[in-house]
Amino acid sequence: MTTTATAAPGAHLPEHLDFLWRSPEPEKAYDVVIVGGGGHGLATAHYLARNHGITNVAVLEKGWLAGGNMARNTTLIRSNYLWDESAGIYEHALKLWEGLEEDLGYPILFSQRGVLNLAHTEQDVRDSVRRVEANKLNGIDAEWLGPDEVAKVCPIVNVSSDIRYPVQGATYQPRAGIAKHDYVAWGFARRADEAGIDLIQHCEVTGFHVGGRDGDSVTTVRTTRGDIACGTLALCAAGHSSTLLDQLGIAAPLQSHPLQALVSELLEPVHPTIVMSNAVHVYVSQAHKGELVMGAGVDSYVGYGQRGAFHVIERQMAAAVELFPVFARAHLLRSWAGVVDVTPDASPIVGRTPYDNVFLNCGWGTGGFKATPGLGWAFADTVAHGRPHPLIAPFGLDRFVTGALVDEHGAAAVAH
Amino acid sequence: MQLILCPHCGPREETEFCYGGEAGVPYPDDPSVLDDEQWARFVFVRANPKGAFTERWSHAAGCRRWFTAVRDTRTHRFLDVESIGASQPPTTPRR
Repeated sequence: MTTTATAAPGAHLPEHLDFLWRSPEPEKAYDVVIVGGGGHGLATAHYLARNHGITNVAVLEKGWLAGGNMARNTTLIRSNYLWDESAGIYEHALKLWEGLEEDLGYPILFSQRGVLNLAHTEQDVRDSVRRVEANKLNGIDAEWLGPDEVAKVCPIVNVSSDIRYPVQGATYQPRAGIAKHDYVAWGFARRADEAGIDLIQHCEVTGFHVGGRDGDSVTTVRTTRGDIACGTLALCAAGHSSTLLDQLGIAAPLQSHPLQALVSELLEPVHPTIVMSNAVHVYVSQAHKGELVMGAGVDSYVGYGQRGAFHVIERQMAAAVELFPVFARAHLLRSWAGVVDVTPDASPIVGRTPYDNVFLNCGWGTGGFKATPGLGWAFADTVAHGRPHPLIAPFGLDRFVTGALVDEHGAAAVAH
Repeated sequence: MQLILCPHCGPREETEFCYGGEAGVPYPDDPSVLDDEQWARFVFVRANPKGAFTERWSHAAGCRRWFTAVRDTRTHRFLDVESIGASQPPTTPRR
Protein backbone atom coordinates (compact mmCIF):
# COMPACT_ATOMS: atom_id res chain seq x y z
CA MET A 1 0.00 0.00 0.00
CA THR A 2 1.37 3.38 -0.95
CA THR A 3 0.47 6.86 0.21
CA THR A 4 0.40 9.77 -2.17
CA ALA A 5 2.50 12.81 -1.41
CA THR A 6 -0.10 15.29 -2.62
CA ALA A 7 -1.30 17.88 -0.15
CA ALA A 8 -4.90 18.19 0.96
CA PRO A 9 -7.12 20.33 -1.26
CA GLY A 10 -6.78 23.98 -0.32
CA ALA A 11 -3.58 23.44 1.68
CA HIS A 12 -1.83 26.09 -0.40
CA LEU A 13 -4.32 28.72 0.71
CA PRO A 14 -3.48 31.00 3.65
CA GLU A 15 -4.76 29.89 7.03
CA HIS A 16 -7.89 31.60 8.24
CA LEU A 17 -7.21 34.09 10.98
CA ASP A 18 -8.46 32.88 14.33
CA PHE A 19 -9.80 36.34 15.10
CA LEU A 20 -10.31 39.47 13.01
CA TRP A 21 -10.20 41.70 16.07
CA ARG A 22 -9.09 41.57 19.69
CA SER A 23 -11.55 41.01 22.51
CA PRO A 24 -10.16 43.36 25.16
CA GLU A 25 -11.22 43.97 28.73
CA PRO A 26 -12.76 47.45 29.01
CA GLU A 27 -10.50 50.25 30.28
CA LYS A 28 -11.70 52.55 33.05
CA ALA A 29 -12.08 55.52 30.72
CA TYR A 30 -12.15 56.46 27.03
CA ASP A 31 -12.20 59.74 25.12
CA VAL A 32 -15.20 58.46 23.16
CA VAL A 33 -17.63 55.70 24.10
CA ILE A 34 -19.89 54.46 21.31
CA VAL A 35 -22.94 52.48 22.44
CA GLY A 36 -23.95 49.92 19.81
CA GLY A 37 -21.61 47.66 17.85
CA GLY A 38 -23.66 47.46 14.70
CA GLY A 39 -22.85 48.94 11.33
CA HIS A 40 -23.29 52.55 12.38
CA GLY A 41 -21.30 52.20 15.61
CA LEU A 42 -18.44 50.38 13.88
CA ALA A 43 -18.38 52.81 10.94
CA THR A 44 -18.32 55.75 13.33
CA ALA A 45 -15.39 54.16 15.17
CA HIS A 46 -13.52 53.56 11.89
CA TYR A 47 -13.92 57.13 10.66
CA LEU A 48 -13.03 58.56 14.08
CA ALA A 49 -9.67 56.84 13.70
CA ARG A 50 -9.26 57.30 9.94
CA ASN A 51 -10.38 60.90 9.53
CA HIS A 52 -9.71 62.42 12.94
CA GLY A 53 -6.95 60.34 14.55
CA ILE A 54 -9.18 59.65 17.57
CA THR A 55 -8.42 56.12 18.73
CA ASN A 56 -8.99 56.14 22.50
CA VAL A 57 -12.45 54.82 21.73
CA ALA A 58 -14.60 51.94 22.96
CA VAL A 59 -17.53 50.41 21.10
CA LEU A 60 -19.89 48.74 23.58
CA GLU A 61 -22.10 45.98 22.23
CA LYS A 62 -24.62 44.14 24.40
CA GLY A 63 -24.60 41.03 22.19
CA TRP A 64 -22.05 40.17 19.54
CA LEU A 65 -20.74 42.59 16.96
CA ALA A 66 -23.21 43.35 14.18
CA GLY A 67 -25.70 40.78 15.47
CA GLY A 68 -28.74 43.08 15.49
CA ASN A 69 -30.17 44.83 12.45
CA MET A 70 -26.80 44.63 10.70
CA ALA A 71 -27.29 40.85 10.52
CA ARG A 72 -30.95 41.12 9.55
CA ASN A 73 -31.26 43.71 6.81
CA THR A 74 -31.77 43.13 3.10
CA THR A 75 -28.53 44.96 2.15
CA LEU A 76 -30.05 47.30 -0.44
CA ILE A 77 -27.94 50.37 -1.18
CA ARG A 78 -29.33 53.32 -3.16
CA SER A 79 -29.52 57.09 -2.89
CA ASN A 80 -32.62 57.98 -4.94
CA TYR A 81 -34.40 59.88 -2.18
CA LEU A 82 -36.64 62.84 -2.95
CA TRP A 83 -35.53 65.60 -0.60
CA ASP A 84 -32.18 67.39 -0.79
CA GLU A 85 -31.37 66.58 2.84
CA SER A 86 -31.84 62.84 2.32
CA ALA A 87 -30.14 62.84 -1.08
CA GLY A 88 -27.14 64.52 0.55
CA ILE A 89 -26.45 61.90 3.19
CA TYR A 90 -27.42 58.86 1.11
CA GLU A 91 -25.43 59.95 -1.95
CA HIS A 92 -22.41 60.67 0.26
CA ALA A 93 -22.82 57.13 1.57
CA LEU A 94 -23.11 55.66 -1.93
CA LYS A 95 -19.90 57.41 -3.03
CA LEU A 96 -18.14 55.93 0.01
CA TRP A 97 -19.58 52.47 -0.76
CA GLU A 98 -17.96 52.75 -4.20
CA GLY A 99 -14.51 52.95 -2.61
CA LEU A 100 -15.12 51.01 0.58
CA GLU A 101 -13.34 47.78 -0.33
CA GLU A 102 -10.11 49.68 -0.93
CA ASP A 103 -10.58 51.80 2.19
CA LEU A 104 -11.22 48.81 4.43
CA GLY A 105 -8.84 46.43 2.67
CA TYR A 106 -11.55 43.85 2.98
CA PRO A 107 -13.94 42.31 0.43
CA ILE A 108 -17.53 43.47 0.92
CA LEU A 109 -18.98 42.06 -2.33
CA PHE A 110 -20.46 45.44 -3.28
CA SER A 111 -22.33 44.81 -6.51
CA GLN A 112 -23.80 47.81 -8.34
CA ARG A 113 -26.62 46.06 -10.13
CA GLY A 114 -29.12 48.92 -10.13
CA VAL A 115 -32.53 49.37 -8.55
CA LEU A 116 -35.94 49.57 -10.20
CA ASN A 117 -38.68 51.28 -8.20
CA LEU A 118 -41.90 50.24 -9.89
CA ALA A 119 -44.87 52.51 -10.45
CA HIS A 120 -48.32 50.92 -10.65
CA THR A 121 -50.73 53.85 -10.70
CA GLU A 122 -50.92 57.26 -12.33
CA GLN A 123 -50.05 58.88 -9.02
CA ASP A 124 -47.08 56.52 -8.68
CA VAL A 125 -45.93 57.62 -12.13
CA ARG A 126 -46.21 61.32 -11.29
CA ASP A 127 -44.39 60.87 -7.96
CA SER A 128 -41.69 58.75 -9.58
CA VAL A 129 -40.99 61.16 -12.43
CA ARG A 130 -40.83 64.00 -9.93
CA ARG A 131 -38.32 62.01 -7.85
CA VAL A 132 -36.21 61.25 -10.93
CA GLU A 133 -35.98 64.96 -11.72
CA ALA A 134 -35.20 65.81 -8.08
CA ASN A 135 -32.47 63.15 -8.09
CA LYS A 136 -30.94 64.56 -11.28
CA LEU A 137 -30.83 68.04 -9.77
CA ASN A 138 -28.87 66.55 -6.88
CA GLY A 139 -26.41 64.89 -9.24
CA ILE A 140 -27.78 61.42 -8.57
CA ASP A 141 -28.08 58.97 -11.46
CA ALA A 142 -31.77 58.40 -12.14
CA GLU A 143 -33.95 57.73 -15.12
CA TRP A 144 -37.56 56.94 -15.89
CA LEU A 145 -38.21 53.67 -17.74
CA GLY A 146 -41.39 52.53 -19.48
CA PRO A 147 -42.69 48.97 -19.01
CA ASP A 148 -40.77 47.66 -22.06
CA GLU A 149 -37.52 49.13 -20.76
CA VAL A 150 -38.25 47.64 -17.31
CA ALA A 151 -38.52 44.23 -18.95
CA LYS A 152 -35.14 44.76 -20.62
CA VAL A 153 -33.45 45.54 -17.30
CA CYS A 154 -35.21 42.74 -15.43
CA PRO A 155 -36.82 40.19 -17.80
CA ILE A 156 -38.58 38.23 -15.03
CA VAL A 157 -40.79 41.15 -13.96
CA ASN A 158 -44.35 40.64 -15.12
CA VAL A 159 -45.08 43.75 -17.18
CA SER A 160 -48.27 42.41 -18.76
CA SER A 161 -51.38 44.53 -18.42
CA ASP A 162 -53.61 41.76 -17.08
CA ILE A 163 -52.44 41.79 -13.46
CA ARG A 164 -54.18 43.58 -10.63
CA TYR A 165 -51.67 46.45 -10.50
CA PRO A 166 -49.92 46.56 -13.90
CA VAL A 167 -46.40 47.94 -14.04
CA GLN A 168 -46.64 51.39 -15.63
CA GLY A 169 -42.94 52.06 -15.49
CA ALA A 170 -40.14 52.42 -13.01
CA THR A 171 -37.41 54.71 -11.82
CA TYR A 172 -33.95 53.25 -12.33
CA GLN A 173 -30.77 54.05 -10.44
CA PRO A 174 -27.95 52.06 -12.08
CA ARG A 175 -25.40 52.78 -9.32
CA ALA A 176 -27.56 51.20 -6.62
CA GLY A 177 -26.52 47.77 -5.40
CA ILE A 178 -26.12 45.23 -2.66
CA ALA A 179 -23.22 44.28 -0.38
CA LYS A 180 -22.46 41.40 1.96
CA HIS A 181 -23.61 42.86 5.27
CA ASP A 182 -21.48 40.66 7.54
CA TYR A 183 -18.33 41.44 5.55
CA VAL A 184 -19.10 45.15 5.79
CA ALA A 185 -19.31 44.92 9.57
CA TRP A 186 -16.19 42.77 9.82
CA GLY A 187 -14.26 45.13 7.53
CA PHE A 188 -15.12 48.15 9.68
CA ALA A 189 -14.45 46.20 12.89
CA ARG A 190 -11.06 44.95 11.71
CA ARG A 191 -9.87 48.41 10.69
CA ALA A 192 -11.14 50.00 13.91
CA ASP A 193 -9.40 47.30 15.92
CA GLU A 194 -6.15 47.77 13.99
CA ALA A 195 -6.30 51.48 14.84
CA GLY A 196 -6.39 50.58 18.54
CA ILE A 197 -10.11 51.00 19.19
CA ASP A 198 -11.55 48.56 21.75
CA LEU A 199 -14.55 46.56 20.53
CA ILE A 200 -16.19 45.25 23.69
CA GLN A 201 -18.85 42.62 23.19
CA HIS A 202 -21.35 41.24 25.71
CA CYS A 203 -21.25 44.58 27.46
CA GLU A 204 -24.74 45.97 28.03
CA VAL A 205 -25.29 49.55 29.13
CA THR A 206 -27.36 49.56 32.32
CA GLY A 207 -27.35 53.25 33.16
CA PHE A 208 -25.56 56.58 33.04
CA HIS A 209 -23.98 58.84 35.60
CA VAL A 210 -24.77 62.46 34.90
CA GLY A 211 -22.37 65.13 36.12
CA GLY A 212 -20.78 68.32 34.91
CA ARG A 213 -21.53 71.80 36.17
CA ASP A 214 -25.31 71.67 35.99
CA GLY A 215 -25.82 68.00 35.26
CA ASP A 216 -25.27 68.83 31.61
CA SER A 217 -22.98 65.96 30.70
CA VAL A 218 -22.71 62.21 31.08
CA THR A 219 -19.49 61.34 32.90
CA THR A 220 -19.78 57.58 33.22
CA VAL A 221 -21.54 54.75 31.42
CA ARG A 222 -22.67 51.93 33.69
CA THR A 223 -22.36 48.53 32.05
CA THR A 224 -22.59 44.85 32.86
CA ARG A 225 -18.78 44.87 32.70
CA GLY A 226 -18.25 47.77 35.08
CA ASP A 227 -18.35 51.55 34.96
CA ILE A 228 -16.64 53.26 32.03
CA ALA A 229 -15.90 56.98 32.07
CA CYS A 230 -16.41 58.84 28.80
CA GLY A 231 -15.27 62.14 27.35
CA THR A 232 -17.93 62.01 24.65
CA LEU A 233 -20.81 59.56 24.37
CA ALA A 234 -22.17 58.52 20.97
CA LEU A 235 -25.40 56.52 20.89
CA CYS A 236 -25.90 54.13 17.94
CA ALA A 237 -28.39 51.67 19.40
CA ALA A 238 -30.96 51.62 16.55
CA GLY A 239 -34.17 49.81 17.65
CA HIS A 240 -33.14 49.91 21.30
CA SER A 241 -32.38 53.64 21.38
CA SER A 242 -35.49 54.40 23.43
CA THR A 243 -34.30 52.15 26.25
CA LEU A 244 -31.16 54.31 26.52
CA LEU A 245 -32.90 57.64 26.00
CA ASP A 246 -35.49 56.84 28.67
CA GLN A 247 -32.64 56.43 31.16
CA LEU A 248 -31.24 59.81 30.10
CA GLY A 249 -34.67 61.46 30.32
CA ILE A 250 -34.57 62.45 26.65
CA ALA A 251 -37.96 62.39 24.92
CA ALA A 252 -37.50 61.29 21.32
CA PRO A 253 -40.30 60.48 18.86
CA LEU A 254 -39.31 56.88 18.23
CA GLN A 255 -41.44 53.78 17.87
CA SER A 256 -39.69 50.41 17.57
CA HIS A 257 -41.33 47.98 15.18
CA PRO A 258 -40.50 44.49 13.92
CA LEU A 259 -39.33 44.54 10.30
CA GLN A 260 -39.38 41.16 8.61
CA ALA A 261 -37.32 39.77 5.78
CA LEU A 262 -36.89 36.34 4.28
CA VAL A 263 -34.83 34.30 1.85
CA SER A 264 -35.64 31.50 -0.57
CA GLU A 265 -33.51 28.44 -1.16
CA LEU A 266 -30.48 28.87 -3.45
CA LEU A 267 -31.51 29.35 -7.07
CA GLU A 268 -29.74 29.83 -10.38
CA PRO A 269 -29.11 33.49 -11.19
CA VAL A 270 -32.49 34.74 -12.42
CA HIS A 271 -32.69 38.25 -11.01
CA PRO A 272 -30.07 40.67 -12.34
CA THR A 273 -31.04 43.79 -10.40
CA ILE A 274 -33.06 45.01 -7.40
CA VAL A 275 -36.80 45.52 -7.75
CA MET A 276 -38.84 47.48 -5.26
CA SER A 277 -42.55 48.12 -5.38
CA ASN A 278 -44.10 50.67 -3.11
CA ALA A 279 -47.70 50.00 -4.11
CA VAL A 280 -47.85 46.21 -3.82
CA HIS A 281 -45.08 46.41 -1.24
CA VAL A 282 -42.26 44.00 -1.69
CA TYR A 283 -38.59 44.38 -2.54
CA VAL A 284 -36.46 41.67 -4.04
CA SER A 285 -32.85 41.05 -4.92
CA GLN A 286 -30.82 37.90 -5.42
CA ALA A 287 -27.84 37.44 -3.13
CA HIS A 288 -24.45 36.36 -4.44
CA LYS A 289 -24.99 32.77 -3.33
CA GLY A 290 -28.37 32.63 -5.07
CA GLU A 291 -31.02 33.19 -2.43
CA LEU A 292 -33.83 35.55 -3.29
CA VAL A 293 -33.85 38.14 -0.51
CA MET A 294 -37.18 39.82 0.11
CA GLY A 295 -38.58 42.32 2.54
CA ALA A 296 -41.63 44.48 3.05
CA GLY A 297 -42.92 47.06 5.48
CA VAL A 298 -42.87 47.01 9.25
CA ASP A 299 -45.37 45.12 11.37
CA SER A 300 -47.97 47.59 12.62
CA TYR A 301 -47.36 47.39 16.35
CA VAL A 302 -44.52 48.37 18.63
CA GLY A 303 -42.40 45.28 19.22
CA TYR A 304 -38.93 44.34 20.40
CA GLY A 305 -39.43 40.63 19.75
CA GLN A 306 -37.24 40.21 16.63
CA ARG A 307 -40.05 38.28 14.99
CA GLY A 308 -43.19 39.36 13.20
CA ALA A 309 -46.61 38.13 12.21
CA PHE A 310 -47.06 35.54 9.49
CA HIS A 311 -49.81 37.41 7.66
CA VAL A 312 -47.34 40.20 6.86
CA ILE A 313 -45.08 37.72 5.09
CA GLU A 314 -48.05 36.12 3.37
CA ARG A 315 -49.09 39.45 1.86
CA GLN A 316 -45.54 40.17 0.81
CA MET A 317 -45.26 36.78 -0.93
CA ALA A 318 -48.55 37.36 -2.74
CA ALA A 319 -47.10 40.59 -4.12
CA ALA A 320 -43.84 38.90 -5.07
CA VAL A 321 -45.53 36.09 -6.98
CA GLU A 322 -47.76 38.54 -8.83
CA LEU A 323 -44.75 40.57 -9.93
CA PHE A 324 -42.47 37.57 -10.53
CA PRO A 325 -44.55 34.56 -11.65
CA VAL A 326 -41.28 32.59 -11.94
CA PHE A 327 -41.02 32.65 -8.13
CA ALA A 328 -44.22 30.62 -7.66
CA ARG A 329 -42.35 27.34 -7.10
CA ALA A 330 -39.54 28.78 -4.98
CA HIS A 331 -39.42 27.67 -1.37
CA LEU A 332 -39.09 30.01 1.55
CA LEU A 333 -36.05 28.96 3.51
CA ARG A 334 -35.90 31.34 6.44
CA SER A 335 -37.65 34.42 7.76
CA TRP A 336 -36.68 36.69 10.62
CA ALA A 337 -37.21 40.21 11.93
CA GLY A 338 -35.13 43.07 13.16
CA VAL A 339 -36.26 45.87 15.48
CA VAL A 340 -36.32 49.18 13.65
CA ASP A 341 -36.82 52.58 15.26
CA VAL A 342 -39.23 54.61 13.18
CA THR A 343 -39.73 58.38 13.38
CA PRO A 344 -42.82 60.41 12.48
CA ASP A 345 -41.25 61.76 9.25
CA ALA A 346 -39.40 58.55 8.32
CA SER A 347 -36.07 60.37 8.51
CA PRO A 348 -33.31 59.65 11.03
CA ILE A 349 -32.50 61.60 14.18
CA VAL A 350 -28.83 62.51 14.33
CA GLY A 351 -27.05 65.22 16.26
CA ARG A 352 -27.07 66.98 19.59
CA THR A 353 -28.93 66.04 22.77
CA PRO A 354 -29.68 68.15 25.85
CA TYR A 355 -26.34 66.87 27.23
CA ASP A 356 -23.21 68.71 26.02
CA ASN A 357 -21.15 65.57 25.44
CA VAL A 358 -23.82 63.16 24.22
CA PHE A 359 -24.57 62.75 20.51
CA LEU A 360 -27.47 60.76 19.18
CA ASN A 361 -27.82 58.62 16.06
CA CYS A 362 -31.10 56.74 15.71
CA GLY A 363 -34.41 56.67 13.89
CA TRP A 364 -33.10 55.22 10.63
CA GLY A 365 -36.13 52.95 10.57
CA THR A 366 -35.99 50.62 7.61
CA GLY A 367 -33.13 52.37 5.81
CA GLY A 368 -30.05 52.35 8.00
CA PHE A 369 -27.81 49.85 6.22
CA LYS A 370 -27.37 51.86 3.03
CA ALA A 371 -26.32 54.89 5.04
CA THR A 372 -23.65 53.03 7.05
CA PRO A 373 -20.45 54.60 5.66
CA GLY A 374 -22.01 58.03 5.08
CA LEU A 375 -23.44 58.19 8.57
CA GLY A 376 -20.20 56.88 10.07
CA TRP A 377 -18.27 59.60 8.25
CA ALA A 378 -20.60 62.44 9.26
CA PHE A 379 -21.24 61.21 12.80
CA ALA A 380 -17.52 60.75 13.51
CA ASP A 381 -16.98 64.32 12.33
CA THR A 382 -19.83 65.45 14.60
CA VAL A 383 -18.33 63.68 17.61
CA ALA A 384 -14.81 64.92 16.82
CA HIS A 385 -15.81 68.58 16.50
CA GLY A 386 -18.71 68.68 18.95
CA ARG A 387 -21.18 70.07 16.39
CA PRO A 388 -23.39 68.52 13.71
CA HIS A 389 -21.68 67.78 10.38
CA PRO A 390 -23.50 69.69 7.61
CA LEU A 391 -24.83 66.45 6.07
CA ILE A 392 -26.63 65.44 9.26
CA ALA A 393 -27.50 68.94 10.50
CA PRO A 394 -31.05 68.80 9.01
CA PHE A 395 -31.78 65.66 11.05
CA GLY A 396 -31.54 67.08 14.58
CA LEU A 397 -34.02 66.22 17.30
CA ASP A 398 -35.06 69.89 17.35
CA ARG A 399 -36.80 69.59 13.95
CA PHE A 400 -39.88 68.20 15.69
CA VAL A 401 -40.15 71.48 17.62
CA THR A 402 -39.30 73.83 14.75
CA GLY A 403 -41.45 71.90 12.28
CA ALA A 404 -38.62 71.51 9.72
CA LEU A 405 -39.45 67.86 9.08
CA VAL A 406 -37.77 65.88 6.29
CA ASP A 407 -40.85 64.01 5.17
CA GLU A 408 -39.71 60.89 3.34
CA HIS A 409 -42.96 58.99 3.98
CA GLY A 410 -43.93 57.62 0.63
CA ALA A 411 -41.77 60.19 -1.10
CA ALA A 412 -38.79 57.90 -0.65
CA ALA A 413 -38.82 55.01 -3.01
CA VAL A 414 -40.62 52.76 -0.55
CA ALA A 415 -43.27 53.42 2.09
CA HIS A 416 -42.24 53.03 5.69
CA MET B 1 -50.80 34.79 13.63
CA GLN B 2 -52.11 35.26 17.10
CA LEU B 3 -55.64 35.53 18.43
CA ILE B 4 -56.58 38.83 20.02
CA LEU B 5 -59.38 38.90 22.58
CA CYS B 6 -61.80 41.60 21.50
CA PRO B 7 -63.66 42.63 24.68
CA HIS B 8 -66.87 42.80 22.65
CA CYS B 9 -66.58 39.83 20.24
CA GLY B 10 -64.22 37.36 21.86
CA PRO B 11 -61.02 35.92 20.37
CA ARG B 12 -60.43 36.80 16.72
CA GLU B 13 -57.51 36.63 14.34
CA GLU B 14 -54.94 39.40 14.41
CA THR B 15 -55.67 40.37 10.79
CA GLU B 16 -59.09 41.68 11.88
CA PHE B 17 -57.49 44.36 14.06
CA CYS B 18 -55.88 47.72 13.51
CA TYR B 19 -53.25 49.19 15.77
CA GLY B 20 -53.81 52.57 17.37
CA GLY B 21 -50.59 53.18 19.28
CA GLU B 22 -50.20 54.38 22.83
CA ALA B 23 -53.36 54.72 24.93
CA GLY B 24 -54.14 57.48 27.37
CA VAL B 25 -52.56 60.42 25.57
CA PRO B 26 -54.93 63.23 26.52
CA TYR B 27 -55.62 66.16 24.22
CA PRO B 28 -54.24 69.26 25.94
CA ASP B 29 -56.82 71.07 28.08
CA ASP B 30 -55.81 74.41 26.60
CA PRO B 31 -53.71 73.95 23.46
CA SER B 32 -53.16 77.68 23.06
CA VAL B 33 -51.01 77.89 26.19
CA LEU B 34 -48.60 75.19 25.02
CA ASP B 35 -45.20 76.33 23.79
CA ASP B 36 -43.64 74.73 20.71
CA GLU B 37 -41.75 72.15 22.74
CA GLN B 38 -44.84 71.03 24.67
CA TRP B 39 -46.87 70.91 21.47
CA ALA B 40 -44.18 68.85 19.70
CA ARG B 41 -44.18 66.44 22.60
CA PHE B 42 -47.95 66.01 22.41
CA VAL B 43 -47.98 65.59 18.64
CA PHE B 44 -44.91 63.41 18.11
CA VAL B 45 -43.61 61.75 21.26
CA ARG B 46 -45.09 58.45 22.38
CA ALA B 47 -43.79 55.96 24.90
CA ASN B 48 -41.74 53.17 23.34
CA PRO B 49 -41.23 50.74 26.20
CA LYS B 50 -39.55 47.36 26.06
CA GLY B 51 -42.11 45.51 28.19
CA ALA B 52 -45.72 46.19 29.14
CA PHE B 53 -47.34 48.80 26.89
CA THR B 54 -50.88 50.15 27.23
CA GLU B 55 -52.24 50.79 23.77
CA ARG B 56 -55.33 51.18 21.63
CA TRP B 57 -56.56 48.60 19.16
CA SER B 58 -59.57 48.66 16.88
CA HIS B 59 -61.51 45.57 15.84
CA ALA B 60 -61.63 47.04 12.35
CA ALA B 61 -62.99 44.00 10.49
CA GLY B 62 -65.42 43.04 13.27
CA CYS B 63 -67.40 45.25 15.63
CA ARG B 64 -65.26 48.27 14.61
CA ARG B 65 -64.97 49.37 18.22
CA TRP B 66 -61.82 50.63 19.90
CA PHE B 67 -60.50 49.05 23.07
CA THR B 68 -57.49 49.23 25.32
CA ALA B 69 -54.93 46.46 25.64
CA VAL B 70 -51.83 45.88 27.70
CA ARG B 71 -49.26 44.00 25.65
CA ASP B 72 -45.69 42.92 26.31
CA THR B 73 -43.65 44.41 23.47
CA ARG B 74 -40.87 41.84 24.01
CA THR B 75 -43.10 38.81 23.36
CA HIS B 76 -45.99 40.60 21.56
CA ARG B 77 -48.27 38.71 23.98
CA PHE B 78 -51.48 40.39 25.15
CA LEU B 79 -51.62 40.64 28.93
CA ASP B 80 -54.99 42.33 29.33
CA VAL B 81 -57.80 43.87 27.29
CA GLU B 82 -60.48 46.32 28.41
CA SER B 83 -63.31 48.00 26.59
CA ILE B 84 -62.81 51.73 26.71
CA GLY B 85 -64.49 53.23 29.74
CA ALA B 86 -64.90 49.90 31.60
CA SER B 87 -62.04 50.83 33.87
CA GLN B 88 -58.72 52.48 33.36
CA PRO B 89 -55.80 50.09 32.88
CA PRO B 90 -52.52 51.60 34.00
CA THR B 91 -51.06 53.79 31.28
CA THR B 92 -47.41 53.63 30.36
CA PRO B 93 -45.50 56.07 32.56
CA ARG B 94 -44.69 59.34 30.81
CA ARG B 95 -41.09 60.39 30.50
